[in-house]
Amino acid sequence: MQAALGHPFVIALPFVVGVLFWLLALRERRRGLIQGQTFFQRNGTAVGLFLILAVGFWAVFMIVLPQLFMVELSFRPKLPPSAMGGPRDLYTLQNYHYFLYGSPVSSAEWNLVHLKAFVLTIFASIMVTIGNFLLCYPLAFYLAQVATAARLRFLLLLLITPYWVNEILRAFAFRVIFSSGGILNKILLGLSLVTEPIDFLGLDIGMYAGLSYAYLLLMVFPLYNAIENLPKAQIEAARDLGAPWWHIHLFVVMPFAKPGIASGCTLVFMLTSGALAAPLVLGGPRSLWFTPIVYDRFYQAFNWPQGAAYAFILLLTCIAFVLAVMRFGKLSLGEITR
Amino acid sequence: MTARAITRLMVGFYLVLFFAYLFGPLVIMSITAFNTSSYPAVVPFEGFTLKWFEILFRDKDMMIGLQNSLRIGVLVVLISVPCGLAGALVMQQVYARARSFYYLVVVSPVLTPGVIIGISTVIFWKDFSAATGTGFLYDGIILAALGQSSFISAYCMLIFLSRLQRFDRALEEAGLDLGASNVQVFWHILIPYLRPAVLSAAVMAFLSSFENYNTTTFAVLADKTLTTVLAGRVRQGSTPAISALAVSIIAITVAGTIVYELVKRREDARKAAELRTAQAAEQRELAAA
Repeated sequence: MQAALGHPFVIALPFVVGVLFWLLALRERRRGLIQGQTFFQRNGTAVGLFLILAVGFWAVFMIVLPQLFMVELSFRPKLPPSAMGGPRDLYTLQNYHYFLYGSPVSSAEWNLVHLKAFVLTIFASIMVTIGNFLLCYPLAFYLAQVATAARLRFLLLLLITPYWVNEILRAFAFRVIFSSGGILNKILLGLSLVTEPIDFLGLDIGMYAGLSYAYLLLMVFPLYNAIENLPKAQIEAARDLGAPWWHIHLFVVMPFAKPGIASGCTLVFMLTSGALAAPLVLGGPRSLWFTPIVYDRFYQAFNWPQGAAYAFILLLTCIAFVLAVMRFGKLSLGEITR
Repeated sequence: MTARAITRLMVGFYLVLFFAYLFGPLVIMSITAFNTSSYPAVVPFEGFTLKWFEILFRDKDMMIGLQNSLRIGVLVVLISVPCGLAGALVMQQVYARARSFYYLVVVSPVLTPGVIIGISTVIFWKDFSAATGTGFLYDGIILAALGQSSFISAYCMLIFLSRLQRFDRALEEAGLDLGASNVQVFWHILIPYLRPAVLSAAVMAFLSSFENYNTTTFAVLADKTLTTVLAGRVRQGSTPAISALAVSIIAITVAGTIVYELVKRREDARKAAELRTAQAAEQRELAAA
């Protein structure tokens, strides 16, 4: 199929959806299913126009169209500018084919380098998410149920402070610690625990530590918010009835805090799998994280359609993860993004 | 030792470990900023120096990046606070059948990896601005601001929504009944009510923009921001000048936090005092009656 028709179609799409909803609403109002003021009666012309223009610009031009353009581009071949819109500009699956099987001229059966990096990224992101949950749950519980008001305020301040320092600098801090001439190796050598420096960065230990550190806060706060709403009486009741401490957490606190747990896990997974700073700064020469590969498709290989395809694959994975969490926890999107 | 004391000890130990993990790396990095050793190191501490700060402030790229970051931050505040506000107001009124779809669309940037937002912003504006003759929009600063605003607006919207939940619409209706126009009601009733939310949304928007890397590095094209310059420097090699930058940011943050706490405490004290005088006055009146 010719790719030149793609853009007008894609641009029309959000407007068509908007008009369809508007027509549906109009029909229901005629039939008396919707009562009360219309949008412009309620807000007045000026405010109503502001609302429609601001939301329209944001939703259509900043969210929907960029994503649709990216998806559309991922199905196009890489062509020199002069050939765009020409007879060779046909929709194709070659970018996805490349992700799975590699270059057509290579002899390897699968594109192992990219596939391995992708699987490793997803697996490591899940491990980092679980690790962060285990690390943060006790703290969130302590903050929400045990700490006194004054101490709570102080600890919350302490928690937020490191996060004003940007991601790159936080990753750099880990490099100072883990590099072969870094403080950790100096201590190990000084104590004669090892005879030569351990290559923490090459072993990716630095990268995993940096990744889990980077988004710790986004796990603590949803958990804290959810557990805070749990009445203390419920915990006391469980305790009075003789439940051991781990029973209380597993069967009273965690089911109650499920939306918070889902929300924290989704955010951490999404940010970790899409992380760029920590892998760039802390990744060893042999370690492959998926996002730097996407980056290289754009700015090293200058193959934008392929980069778009890779980005879309990452996006689909994140959507699948969110859907899985929603299905698994029987939650709605509103509960996760609260 | 009782079981209770053991539990307390364990909780304390865990808290100390957690905050050591949180602050340890930053403290170690900060120390390296003052060591004369040209490789960022804590031991051996060869001597105290401030030269890394001097090198940092003479670094032209960093300073250009800083200016661009500030510009983008201001643009992001100007775009995302109004968009977030409009998004929240529309959320309350939108046609019931479209509500969950609308929510899905405007909240999706929060759950989308930043690199993807950056990539899609560049791809869209490259073609769209060329096709519509608005080539001036295909500019690193503007694209970075647009890309960041797509998810920062959603954060702002969530802030506004939580404040709007407690808003009493009767106030608006009273204003309208007394003859105010919709615009007057918007400026004199709704916005004053939302002022705390507007302030926190603006501060949050600026800070998220300032420290963003993933979206910016794609969307900023050939321009530089502080974070992208920094990323380039860090990849080239470690120098204590980077630690010096971190120390500067930490110092500004800590100062900001302390000022914020002091202002808040003073306000709390003022409010408590007002409450006390009001209660005292009420009691006097009751006693008189």
